[in-house]
Amino acid sequence: MCGIVGLFLKDKSLEPKLGEMLTDMLIVMTDRGPDSAGIAIYGNDKDSNSKLTIQSENPDTDFAKLDSELGKLIGCKVSMRLADTHAVLEMPAEKIEAARESLSVIRPDVRIMSAGDVIEIYKEVGLPRDVAARFGIQKMSGSHGIGHTRMATESKVTTMGAHPFSTGVDQCLVHNGSLSNHNSLRRKLRRDGVHIETENDTEVGAAYLTWKMNQGSTLGEALESSIDDLDGFFTFVVGTKDGFGVVRDPIACKPAVMAETDQYVAFGSEYRALVNLPGIEDAKVWEPEPATVYFWEH
Amino acid sequence: MQTIDMAKVDLREVNSTLHAQKDDTNQTSWEIVNPKGSHAIAVGLDAPIEVTVRGSTGYYCGGMNKQATINVEGSVGPGAAENMMSGAIIVEGDASQYAGATGHGGLLVIKGNASSRCGISMKGIDIVVHGDIGHMSAFMAQSGNLVVCGDAGDALGDSCYEARLFVRGSVKSLGADCEKKEMRPEHLEILKDLLERASSDAKPEEFNRYGSARNLYNFDVDNAGAY
Repeated sequence: MCGIVGLFLKDKSLEPKLGEMLTDMLIVMTDRGPDSAGIAIYGNDKDSNSKLTIQSENPDTDFAKLDSELGKLIGCKVSMRLADTHAVLEMPAEKIEAARESLSVIRPDVRIMSAGDVIEIYKEVGLPRDVAARFGIQKMSGSHGIGHTRMATESKVTTMGAHPFSTGVDQCLVHNGSLSNHNSLRRKLRRDGVHIETENDTEVGAAYLTWKMNQGSTLGEALESSIDDLDGFFTFVVGTKDGFGVVRDPIACKPAVMAETDQYVAFGSEYRALVNLPGIEDAKVWEPEPATVYFWEH
Repeated sequence: MQTIDMAKVDLREVNSTLHAQKDDTNQTSWEIVNPKGSHAIAVGLDAPIEVTVRGSTGYYCGGMNKQATINVEGSVGPGAAENMMSGAIIVEGDASQYAGATGHGGLLVIKGNASSRCGISMKGIDIVVHGDIGHMSAFMAQSGNLVVCGDAGDALGDSCYEARLFVRGSVKSLGADCEKKEMRPEHLEILKDLLERASSDAKPEEFNRYGSARNLYNFDVDNAGAY
């Protein structure tokens, strides 16, 4: 099972409601996967700072004075916004790599959820309603976002096994299905120096896309080649800084419904997730074709 | 007409109300409003009633139907009319995967397109799709008729038995042991009747017939490597 929702806004007037709309859609999908939930939000604050979204099992100790400590180490002002087990660190883009390195030294237990100019990824074990409430997702605004509610099949129910997975700067992936060649592919990617943290199949899918793009593929090309290189069942939804994409495996047994109006493009594992969107009655509603890459960009 | 509003009544009550209708009911006309993509709407009906769903549905709409006529004024999710026994289901929009799967009888009409695995393992149902159908349709289809006024996707009729497959447009590929067959007068009669009942203006002469080549019926030692 697993449930996916996605919303790519064309109409800027809807941006303040992105978090609310996406949360409502994800809550409807709860019975497709009650184990854990996550949301990637692409914010609309286009200032020059970049963001690292981090997570800790012990936020009180790990996040205490982290902004000033990190700022001193990397030599710039770091601002920090706390949200339950997550925190968003903002700093100039050129300091992101240094911040990652320093974090691994001064806070080795902190996990990096996402990095980029606009992306923030929040995910935890629990029901979509509870997870969204912990992070205040409903109040977030943005240009596009992806949500996932997980029914674990391939690996443990943990925060790091939840989706979305970061696939690179301002990129993320969510997955409904199961990959059957993830063990051999993980070994191959690790031999090539790719860092893979868990035994989760989707993380391998995400790492595969990152690896392809590091070798020069565009996201579209990486998705195209995933149809040949990944074995198993998948409906993937991916997010980039400006875009939103969908691809299904050639068998396409994992469900997918899309809707498009002048105001938005929406994705749902089921039509139920889309029924409260504005103007859905007159939207173009269709099922994405198997082995076909769909992509929208701002 | 009796109206059931799914904004006010939960699914179990919708279906138990419809199940309570017997052969001699005088409440023969029902409408369901605000379906909002819910699953299992009008499943397991067994009375000569007419039910109109005003909107799109989720999984398994009209599954196991006997006798009833179900109209859906929208699209249906996966598994619509699954294992239908008799009656009719008419979908104004599109159907997701495995529409009419394992159906034993009755008529399923899809006025839009049907996606993959339409009519998989059909056992006597008649299915008429006004648009196109997706891949692996009529896989292991045993009997009944699948009529496609548009095009068919990959692997049509793979490992099928005695179902008749009629396609007006192109077939992307035929599945294992499925072949194009001669259209005889009796097939044109069957098609004419089905197209009329499905309110399609397509002409029987425009279709090609496909069916089992019957090479997989019995074990063949020469094929041992393929088993």
